[in-house]
Amino acid sequence: MSTVTVEDLAGVTVPRRFWTRERKTGAVFVALGVLAAGLFGALAPAETARFTLSEDASGAALKINGQFGAILFGIVTIGAGATLLAGVARRWTSTLLGLGILAFVLSFLCWQVAGKFMPLVDTAKGSLELALPLILGALAGVLCERSGVVNVAIEGQFLMGAFGAALVGTMAASVWIGLLSAAVGGLVIAVLLAVLAMRYLVDQVVLGIVLNLLALGLTGFLYERLMQPHADVYNQPPRMPTWRIPGLADIPVVGPVLFNTNPLVYLALILVAVISVGLARTRWGLRTRAVGEHPAAADTVGIRVKGTRYRNVLLGGLIAGAGGAFFTLVSTGSFNKNMTSGAGFIALAALIFGRWTPVGAFFAALFFGFANKLATYLSAIGSPVPSQFLNMLPYLATLIAVAGLVGRVRAPAADGKPFIKG
Amino acid sequence: MEPGEIHALLGENGAGKSTLMNVLYGLLQPDEGEILVDGAPVQIHTSRDAIAAGIGMVHQHFMLVPVFTVAENVILGAEKVRGGLLGWLDRGRARREVLDVSTRYGLRVDPDAIVEDLPVGIQQRVEIIKALTRDVDLLILDEPTAVLTPQETDELLAVMRTLKADGKSIVFITHKLREVKAIADRITVIRRGRTVGTASPDASEDELAALMVGRQVSLVVEKPPAAPRGPILEIGGLVVNDERGHRAVDGVDLTVRAGEVLGIAGVQGNGQTELVEAIMGLRPVVAGSITLDGAPMVGRSPKDVLRAGVGYVPEDRSVDGLVKEFSVAENLVLDLYDQAPFGNGLVLRPEKIAASAKERIAQFDVRTSSHESPVGTLSGGNQQKVIVARELSRPLKLFIASQPTRGVDVGSIEFIHKQIIHERDIGTAVLVVSSELDEVIGLADRIAVMYRGRVIAIVSPDTPREEIGLLMAGITGEGPASDEEVEA
Repeated sequence: MSTVTVEDLAGVTVPRRFWTRERKTGAVFVALGVLAAGLFGALAPAETARFTLSEDASGAALKINGQFGAILFGIVTIGAGATLLAGVARRWTSTLLGLGILAFVLSFLCWQVAGKFMPLVDTAKGSLELALPLILGALAGVLCERSGVVNVAIEGQFLMGAFGAALVGTMAASVWIGLLSAAVGGLVIAVLLAVLAMRYLVDQVVLGIVLNLLALGLTGFLYERLMQPHADVYNQPPRMPTWRIPGLADIPVVGPVLFNTNPLVYLALILVAVISVGLARTRWGLRTRAVGEHPAAADTVGIRVKGTRYRNVLLGGLIAGAGGAFFTLVSTGSFNKNMTSGAGFIALAALIFGRWTPVGAFFAALFFGFANKLATYLSAIGSPVPSQFLNMLPYLATLIAVAGLVGRVRAPAADGKPFIKG
Repeated sequence: MEPGEIHALLGENGAGKSTLMNVLYGLLQPDEGEILVDGAPVQIHTSRDAIAAGIGMVHQHFMLVPVFTVAENVILGAEKVRGGLLGWLDRGRARREVLDVSTRYGLRVDPDAIVEDLPVGIQQRVEIIKALTRDVDLLILDEPTAVLTPQETDELLAVMRTLKADGKSIVFITHKLREVKAIADRITVIRRGRTVGTASPDASEDELAALMVGRQVSLVVEKPPAAPRGPILEIGGLVVNDERGHRAVDGVDLTVRAGEVLGIAGVQGNGQTELVEAIMGLRPVVAGSITLDGAPMVGRSPKDVLRAGVGYVPEDRSVDGLVKEFSVAENLVLDLYDQAPFGNGLVLRPEKIAASAKERIAQFDVRTSSHESPVGTLSGGNQQKVIVARELSRPLKLFIASQPTRGVDVGSIEFIHKQIIHERDIGTAVLVVSSELDEVIGLADRIAVMYRGRVIAIVSPDTPREEIGLLMAGITGEGPASDEEVEA
């Protein structure tokens, strides 16, 4: 029965142009691979690069000759690019993309680490930790934007969350009440976002920026007036404990990174899975996507468009707020003025780089977290590559993603457009 | 409506058919009056109420989420779920439901196909399946054939017969007489928001056309006889496609002479819009020639066409004619903002713009509180006068007015008609397109009737309106008399 439609379709298919997105991406990867194999390979000393499984230089390690590795992985990148360029494996596009990026990064690492060592556990752990708020922030963005509301206010939700966690966490002397208050802090911004965007139809991008400034001003003011003078009463929240999961935590490398860490990591991982499956497989997900893509169609089948959007924006606020708790309850242990310093915008970048999907956003956040961690590592080993280059990476990657080089990036069709009935 | 009946709602565009049906489906609220279902009055505030009352609707613009699969679109809003609060979608059941309905009514479609990849005809099937899975008793099809090819239309009519045999009632909205006669059990004709008559399908097309176009006394436009001179606009073998790539204008030859009004009559959607847009350079020409006073115009930009001496009143003023947020004065110089005296391409000269605006407002009797008021705050008639004032402020060779008085009050209609005739009398070639037959008859010196992208006849305005109505329905049978060009 279905074959009939497929045949019908064949007649109307537009002939495919040669320069598809896959081919363009492939060409870029080939160029990157040539750069990696040529430049990194030429610059890399022919010494052993050691990726140690423990914290120090001794002990078990993965070893590779730096120069050899740089050239080898450069060639792998070229291979991935060439396969994309040949257009022979359309089903494997995503895998090839991942492989290309991974090989390029490895080539770079072989060059940098040649003659030195890189502690793998520490790097992975640090990357995940730096990625943690980005993951939660990007998930909040996924919830809002898949239902059709642009959320540029993630930064503000982080700040309010971080502030709420520090203030209430200290006063209640409980890390869990602190986490809860962080979520509420994010919710406050989300309520403003939802009401102003949907009831008063304020432009959502402008609104998001204004809300960020509001959060910055408000927390900054309260910090100076309240927290700074009485830090012991208002700004010494308890730190989040580490939960060790018996058994799993003993797996080498993966164990200490994923299963011997703070509860916020577990929360983030669970949320990625839940939201991902929820969007694809549940009634809530179907309706959320419908409202974000074609609200008028959703309305004609009796779905409450605004109600659905409100629910998602508020839920997103809770999650982003919880992400803000990272800064005060996990990372530093006290609130500071503008302490999120743009992490919300990187979360937004992760959302776009991850193509508005929870899993994509998760990997994008991890990638950005890794870039951040690598920047610290490189400056520690005295690399000639300025760390600013790596800190620039999230934005650069997002620009490339938006330009459409990494597969098809398409925002939900009704993203940012208010729904007005009639 | 009776069970198992196909009821056609016939009327021209803008007659109120779609509005009526949107009220039935709860998308718009009635100002007064009531709706009865099975003899009982019902309140339909939302589409949810409509679905509950057993009413389903296939909208003129499909209400499908393009990136969803067919099955996802069909179940949306009426999802079968497992796991209680979790709301786990039962996708296997959704697919089976789609396949069930599609085999039962001959609506073949792949439940796993992504909707945006499907041709329009198949998308429409998805819409119908969507309604049928909601157990409707009454199905409203709003202009379902407007987007279909003739073959797809025949398939749709077959599907409608199957549905009827199954006891479903169908409201079939259209302005195409052939389809109505082929399928309807009962016909209601609507004009200007009123029911003007009911007919059985045995009624002749000529009766139906007359009902649809109306017999009211024509608005009298006083005008001296035309004194046409040489040809200004010459169109030869023009072929233009619409947005979907279907042929909209299919080999049109037309000549408009200086000092005459050529009126184009026809039921809307027969290529008039595309013809005018092609002349204006707004739509690519597939084949054929357009010359203005001897100069070829095909491939020129709209700005070039305007500068060559063409004035243009577009059919939808709010979309194409005005910038609603701009002031009256600014809208009056939308065409000349970069030319002396209003500007020099770098800066505008507001004092000149304002002075000229005041003059135009007085001359064209535009009722506005000030020349600085946003044009969107004016009434429809006054908005239209702003456009007419702007377009007639330049020396013109050709003036094109598309639906010049749609949604305009009677007083303004008269004024605009006078302006059009005045323009003709000073020697401009005038092309008037209107779906109001009375308007065309009143203004035109010659009438070209368009049907399915062709000019099927050029007649004199003295031709009986019933005869023109028949031509608009594509019936040229009568004899060669009406086919002949009426030349002066």
